Amino acid sequence: MASFKKIARRSFLIGSAAILGGVAFGTYKYHQPAPNPLSPKEGQAALNPFVMVDQSGVTLIAPRAEMGQGVRTSWVALIAEELDVRPEAVQVIHGPAAKAYYNSAMMAEALPGRGYDASNFQHSLGQVVGHMSKFLDLQVTGGSSSMKDGFDRMRMAGATARETLKEAAAQRLGTSRALLDTEDGHVIAPDGSRIPYTDLAVEAAGIDPQEAALRPAAQWKYVGKDVPRLDMVPKVTGTAGFGVDVRLEGMKFAAIRQSPHFGVGKTAFDASAAETMPGVEKVLDLGDAVAVVATNTWLAQQAVNAIDVTWEPAPYPETTDAIFAEIDRAFEDSSNSVLRDDGDVDSLPEGAQIIEAEYRLPYLAHATMEPMNATALYTGDALQIWAPNQGPTVVQKSAADLAGLPKEAVQVHTTYLGGGFGRRIEVDYTNRVVQVAMQMRGTPVQLTWSREEDMTHDFYRPGAVARYRAAVKDGKAVMVHGKIAAQSTTVEGAGRMLGLPMGGPDKGHVDAAFNQPLAIPNFRVEGYLVKPMIPVGFWRSVAASFNGFFSDTILDEMAHAAGRDPLEFRLELARAEWEPAAKVLEKVGEMSGWTGETPEGIGRGVALAYSFGTPVAEVIEVIDEDGQIRINKAWIAADIGRAIDPRNVEAQMFSGLAYGLSAACFGEITFADGAVEQQNFPDFDAMRMHTMPAVEVSVLQNQTHMGGAGEPGTPPAAPALANALFDLTGKRARSLPLMHEFDLLV
Amino acid sequence: MPTTLRINGSDHEVDLPQDVPLLWVLRDEIGLTGTKFGCGIAACGACTVHIDGVATRSCQVALGDVWGEVTTIEGVGTPEAMAAIQQAWVDHQVAQCGYCQSGQIMQAASLLAENPAPSDSDIDDAMQGNLCRCGTYPRIRAAIHTAAKMMQEA
Repeated sequence: MASFKKIARRSFLIGSAAILGGVAFGTYKYHQPAPNPLSPKEGQAALNPFVMVDQSGVTLIAPRAEMGQGVRTSWVALIAEELDVRPEAVQVIHGPAAKAYYNSAMMAEALPGRGYDASNFQHSLGQVVGHMSKFLDLQVTGGSSSMKDGFDRMRMAGATARETLKEAAAQRLGTSRALLDTEDGHVIAPDGSRIPYTDLAVEAAGIDPQEAALRPAAQWKYVGKDVPRLDMVPKVTGTAGFGVDVRLEGMKFAAIRQSPHFGVGKTAFDASAAETMPGVEKVLDLGDAVAVVATNTWLAQQAVNAIDVTWEPAPYPETTDAIFAEIDRAFEDSSNSVLRDDGDVDSLPEGAQIIEAEYRLPYLAHATMEPMNATALYTGDALQIWAPNQGPTVVQKSAADLAGLPKEAVQVHTTYLGGGFGRRIEVDYTNRVVQVAMQMRGTPVQLTWSREEDMTHDFYRPGAVARYRAAVKDGKAVMVHGKIAAQSTTVEGAGRMLGLPMGGPDKGHVDAAFNQPLAIPNFRVEGYLVKPMIPVGFWRSVAASFNGFFSDTILDEMAHAAGRDPLEFRLELARAEWEPAAKVLEKVGEMSGWTGETPEGIGRGVALAYSFGTPVAEVIEVIDEDGQIRINKAWIAADIGRAIDPRNVEAQMFSGLAYGLSAACFGEITFADGAVEQQNFPDFDAMRMHTMPAVEVSVLQNQTHMGGAGEPGTPPAAPALANALFDLTGKRARSLPLMHEFDLLV
Repeated sequence: MPTTLRINGSDHEVDLPQDVPLLWVLRDEIGLTGTKFGCGIAACGACTVHIDGVATRSCQVALGDVWGEVTTIEGVGTPEAMAAIQQAWVDHQVAQCGYCQSGQIMQAASLLAENPAPSDSDIDDAMQGNLCRCGTYPRIRAAIHTAAKMMQEA
């Protein structure tokens, strides 16, 4: 019988448990262990396993969504570092939806404070608050949080497993554990003989878990190194299983049409034409949607499009202009937050030059390459769901509620995600397949949305308006006063995810505006929340995706008004506030050979944004080619404190840039008659091979805390490009997308 | 009436309406899921396969119109025996979410078959119909250059 050992100075416990033919190692936090998601036999200890060893080999559990960010490989690298196994030699599974796999780091982001100025004490506090997500059952991948969350816990799990396996070998050999070594999944005896871990698994299950100090960084083989991604070979051979690739015996294929007007149903529908179309097995009325189950996805799509439906009218403003008029109106209400209020923005020194600007950014779709989809099998007393999702416990709870089943009767299988970007933290698409499966009892059904359905039924990045007033004098920044209005992702998105009302000052809403590491003596940021209209949600970098544009563009306008070099102007403000932010600016200046001068026909812009714990500076160069503007080159410097896998962080940075540039150039979701106007990629285009700039990335590790990687590359992209266009053309972009005002290469 | 398709060197008999796009024949009927659905209107390239060696958007080719032998990503190489182009993709660690990469590789393989040493501008021209929302383009470009070298040296 294995037992737990409480470890002082740490908030989590390390444990082990017997499993059939072997042993599992893991951690659990707080004072009560969460139930074991892998169901050990009665009488065995319950823990949340991350390492399992049995006769068949070593299995590591990476319970985070692999949506392109490389989390599976980096999570495994953390365990493998201490366990002494080769990442490519172990089996890696995502594991089931389980309370035990909660995300502690993501909730820590919700703490008050600017982030960059946090003390070690506050970071510890952040970890404690992280326990909240356990109680909220929040197993989610988001907020650029996975490595912060796993860094200590996973290495400790690996170390404990290693030492316990060594202890089992020591007892078998009648020797001391201290005399044993480990290498590549084996314990090495003093005489050089090797015992495979698999051979020690059963014995290890009967031994108290053994502790060990974590190895110093100098000894690391995988952490901090470039580890080949475990998902790479499957992804280049067409063998990686995405949500749409699930194939089950007897499975049917379904298509859906949901109300183009959010939140309302239909008044009438006629499916008689659809019912007789080839391949059609069943037409389903889902209330605010219709669906067709067929023998083939395309046949289902043809049939669902042939259903004649009259939808109820939209219960919110029906046009883009009317929606933005509501956003403008929010400024007339009292502010929701004033999270920065340094100095006095109302009394200015004589001779200060005032700059006033209003910025308007559109709603945006996620447009993941893999359209929304999920597969489900409902058998009356149980439900199985296969889905490319970012939050298995959220999927599970929502599906259980919908099906009237206990949570334990709902199994969630997480596949690879063909892009996430925050879209797959929602559960609308899994709920839809549950609705369909419940009418197809005993038959597995895969529901795939058409691209048009996906683009017109998103949880959009909110449209946002900012009103800035700023002042400069004698070449210096004197004052910045920003007011930001948008629908709240926290209230609407986090509220949906947690099932809780979200009140109080909304920090997320003003992220990357109030907390920019800039020493501006008079600095005030106010957040204004707009009532829910269009469904909004988490979009790569969330509110930093608009605030990064607002807070950096005003800086560029100030630098210009002050007659200063834009890089020097930012550097001076960053240096006086937080050194790591200054360092990324210095670095990007050095990489790009910034001189402040550009030849005729070339423009350069710089931008700085701090989000998800990481300061990122980007320089973008644009070229006028016979009147058409091409984005030629981008340079990125980011300080993430500790890079678990530098090559992968580099990929995340240029990916974040590409996502930001795509939106900046071409992205907008507009509304007419209460419905989204954009239908498919021609209406919502993105960077492509010929429009994507060459990119150089520098990953710095100066700051003492671990920053995120997946999102911080996005916020500086749009302002850096707009600032470069200003340098080239003298025209200041105060709204996006840029294609409306500039002749960009398409 | 059943239609016979030759795919990756084998014959497959399918009984579906003649207007069903090849993409959905491959995915839902034959079970070759490496070819992906992205847009349905030839705007993203995720469904790219070869017909008689030429890159083609399988979402736009009706079953009844398939004019030659079809090659999908599964026919290019396997995890145990990857083609040079797939190895180049691995060497450069190209894929992020990976959803578009089957189509990217099929498009690039077609380019390399036609032009064994493509310039950056040739790559721009050939690859601009293949969308990648993760923005892996810099590594795709590098992998195509590497694959070209590997194939010339082979």
